[in-house]
Amino acid sequence: MEGFNNFLKSLFLWELLKGMRLTGSRLFARKITVQYPEEKTPQSNRFRGLHALRRYPNGEERCIACKLCEAVCPALAITIEAEEREDGTRRTTRYDIDLFKCIYCGFCEESCPVDSIVETRVYEYAFENRGENIMTKDMLLAVGDRHEQQIAADRQQDARFR
Amino acid sequence: MSARPDIPADNAVNIEIDGQTYQARKGAMIIEVADAAGISIPRFCYHKKLSVAANCRMCMVEVENVPKPLPACATPVADGMKIFTKSAIATGGQKAVMEFLLINHPLDCPICDQGGECELQDLALGYGRDVSRFAESKRVVKDKYIGPLIATDMTRCIHCTRCIRMLREVAGKMELGATGRGENMEIGTYIEKSLESELSGNVIDVCPVGALTSRPFRFKARAWELQQHATIAPHDAVGSNIFVHTRRGQVMRVVPRENEDVNEVWLSDRDRFSYEGLYSDDRVSTPMIKVDGNWQDTDWETALQATVDGLKKTLDARGADQVGMLVSPTATLEEMSLIQALARGIGVSNIDHRLRQSDFTDQQQAPMMPSLGLPLAAIETLDAALVIGSNIRKDQPIIGHRLRKAAVAGAKVMFVNPVDYEFLFDVHAKAIAAPAQLAATLAGIAACYPDAAGKGSDAVKTAIGNASSDENQRKIAAALKDADKAMVVLGNVATSHPQYSLLRALAQVIADCSGATLGLLPEAANTVGGWLAGVLPHRGPAGTSVETVGLNASDMLSARLAAYVLFNVEPANDCFDAAAASAAVEAADFVVSISPFASDATRAFADVLLPIGPFTETSGTFVNAEGRWQGFAGVASPVGDSRPGWKVLRVLGNQFDLDGFAQTGTEEIRDALRAQCASAALDNRQADGPVADAVLAGELERIGDVAILSSDSLVRRAQSLQASPDGQVAGLLRINSSTADSAGVREGYRVRVSQGDANVDMDVSIDERVTDGCVWLQSGTTASASLGAAFGPLTMERV
Repeated sequence: MEGFNNFLKSLFLWELLKGMRLTGSRLFARKITVQYPEEKTPQSNRFRGLHALRRYPNGEERCIACKLCEAVCPALAITIEAEEREDGTRRTTRYDIDLFKCIYCGFCEESCPVDSIVETRVYEYAFENRGENIMTKDMLLAVGDRHEQQIAADRQQDARFR
Repeated sequence: MSARPDIPADNAVNIEIDGQTYQARKGAMIIEVADAAGISIPRFCYHKKLSVAANCRMCMVEVENVPKPLPACATPVADGMKIFTKSAIATGGQKAVMEFLLINHPLDCPICDQGGECELQDLALGYGRDVSRFAESKRVVKDKYIGPLIATDMTRCIHCTRCIRMLREVAGKMELGATGRGENMEIGTYIEKSLESELSGNVIDVCPVGALTSRPFRFKARAWELQQHATIAPHDAVGSNIFVHTRRGQVMRVVPRENEDVNEVWLSDRDRFSYEGLYSDDRVSTPMIKVDGNWQDTDWETALQATVDGLKKTLDARGADQVGMLVSPTATLEEMSLIQALARGIGVSNIDHRLRQSDFTDQQQAPMMPSLGLPLAAIETLDAALVIGSNIRKDQPIIGHRLRKAAVAGAKVMFVNPVDYEFLFDVHAKAIAAPAQLAATLAGIAACYPDAAGKGSDAVKTAIGNASSDENQRKIAAALKDADKAMVVLGNVATSHPQYSLLRALAQVIADCSGATLGLLPEAANTVGGWLAGVLPHRGPAGTSVETVGLNASDMLSARLAAYVLFNVEPANDCFDAAAASAAVEAADFVVSISPFASDATRAFADVLLPIGPFTETSGTFVNAEGRWQGFAGVASPVGDSRPGWKVLRVLGNQFDLDGFAQTGTEEIRDALRAQCASAALDNRQADGPVADAVLAGELERIGDVAILSSDSLVRRAQSLQASPDGQVAGLLRINSSTADSAGVREGYRVRVSQGDANVDMDVSIDERVTDGCVWLQSGTTASASLGAAFGPLTMERV
């Protein structure tokens, strides 16, 4: 009996008709394709994209070189060197993130006592040359400066869960 | 029950801690017993090497039948006492104390250098609340400046007073104290000044919080980033056990490693902070050769070939007696062993490590291993000690500390010195005499013993016969004679004195007559090793005799040889006569400098620079003052192309086609030498030999003892140390006011000091500790690099 059913189905191209039915129904349904890069999908305020170092409103960098992010980083992507700045405060002289090593887990952001290192919503970046994968302190601060409003708003939105 | 064999039965009590029975010494504190049994009780102010203060109240424990918790550090045990360290009363007390401590302690762990290795942080995890109930404002204390070595953050202080007790009880000077009470209490120097103690760095270790931290290390690295390597400190003859902390192969700091027999838990500042010199600008990173007067970086092959060619040329043209090898007494035993084999292999017998010595008259009679004569720990049990020619506190800080411990316990410690050095304990008696009078002073002490007359060689007999003794000398002689355990020890001033052999012979007479041990304070980390390895013109390894006796360090330089091999030696700073040493190497045809560093002076006179690793970058062995062989491994990555010294010497040996240069590790070299040295003993007595007849004449005499922070090439480059008070006073010209009056000068006057052709302009400082007719101008410093002999006549005129 089973064999006979299969014979009929293959004779009348039953599976093909089933497929064409789905195709036909989608032809008239509302489109869900996102026309990237003109269109973008919505993001969570907790999105973990490109890293940034933030500043205080007075322009002072937040990072105090406590090195907790370096210690917590499971991929060993962060390298920090620190020394005493002329005014006696503890500051980094080097803050590098290797984006090839980074797994975007967000532990660095979670460990930061001063909300300095954060992961932004930025995910559109690519490297064309060797070495561009290393984000230096200046580059990270520049990202922070560019997106500070968004970063601050996102943290504000998440504040009561932290 | 765990019986304690170290406690005599009549002195033992049985107590119970957390249900377990333990035996304890009568009068011991609960915390000592618990520590010995491995039971942890939290504490901040208690430190096993310091007196009990009981002011942090963290070590609360419950004792049966006592209504309130008691501090374990200040409660003596009693027979049958039942102690509970984990009961509700005990932990309740501890948690309450922790809450009080955290009231005023800032929560700034992320920027605190102690973060990650902080006792308060660790204990707060176990005993602290997760949320503070303290809503009022916290106390803020202004930071104090206490010198270039120690950084302060006094807001973090929890008033445990360990630093105060450490400086008072161990370093011997109350440099830190507490002012105010309760919340207004502040730790400080009262009047702003730098800590002057040579052991001041230990306050960093004893501070349980981040109030006192290392200034050179400030904000450089975190405790969890560092790798800890055990090694041996390279500066004094103690051979302090240390941990070197490295990050990515670079040395970040040095901390003490506990060894009760050597350095206990302490470390001198020189050993702690000298690591700063490791990466100084003077560090040579590639082999270099001088071509037509210009330095060129090159590879090892070319540089070694240039060394071999240069030496062979001199050997062929001028003969082996025109080559001299000077070896730093800070070189490792293995390096010394190989360089001596290299020298003797190519027929050179001019080799020496006694760079600061000037009198070698009795070297043939010297014991195989001149040493302290007794174990370091035995110093504490002495009843009397006579120290001849040593600023022991600065020369060997840890031995000075041991001696102070003995003195505090009642030992009669006495000194014969050219300067009335500051010692931080009651000195039983002292005889201060100009260097030229030191021998007569010792003879005067010896003359107090009736049986001294027949002892020693003729010259010694004459000296004792001619001597007269004053009250001090009689007091010294009597104290030594009366003591059960006594020591007569010759320090660095005596060793580099032009009449060293006479001083030594007289010291031996004194030791013989009083029944004391005769000791020597070896100058550097491996001076003893130099004797054992045979880096001597008159002896091979392990005291074996040699066919040709070569020139000693001093003669090598005055003879102006054609070629020199310098092993980590900077002639102007490391030798007895700086001017003669500089002149000799400048006049030489060919000079090889095998050293981690090259100063401008070295670059001027040398022809080949072979960069080797300092103690952190090579494996090796140091033999300390008590003859203890302490091996260590390389702990840091080499800088540039530099290589361990023993490997460089091994390849040089191969280039000369010598046998016995096929070692694959330092252990091989060490074990071979160790087997030969089996008969080395802690005994400095030697047969009567000739003594120096040097006469120290002149209106003014120089006292050129080695400045603590100028003792070797590494410490001279440690910037923070050089900025500390000890580094600042090293370059001074110090005379007493009567000498100043007769010379017509005053404090601050500019004078020209001359020794022969060598001269330097300096400012006069008045220091009443200096003997009449003497100029205290320490050796090893920049100023003294252009002067002559460390001890000898000099002239001074106003400019």
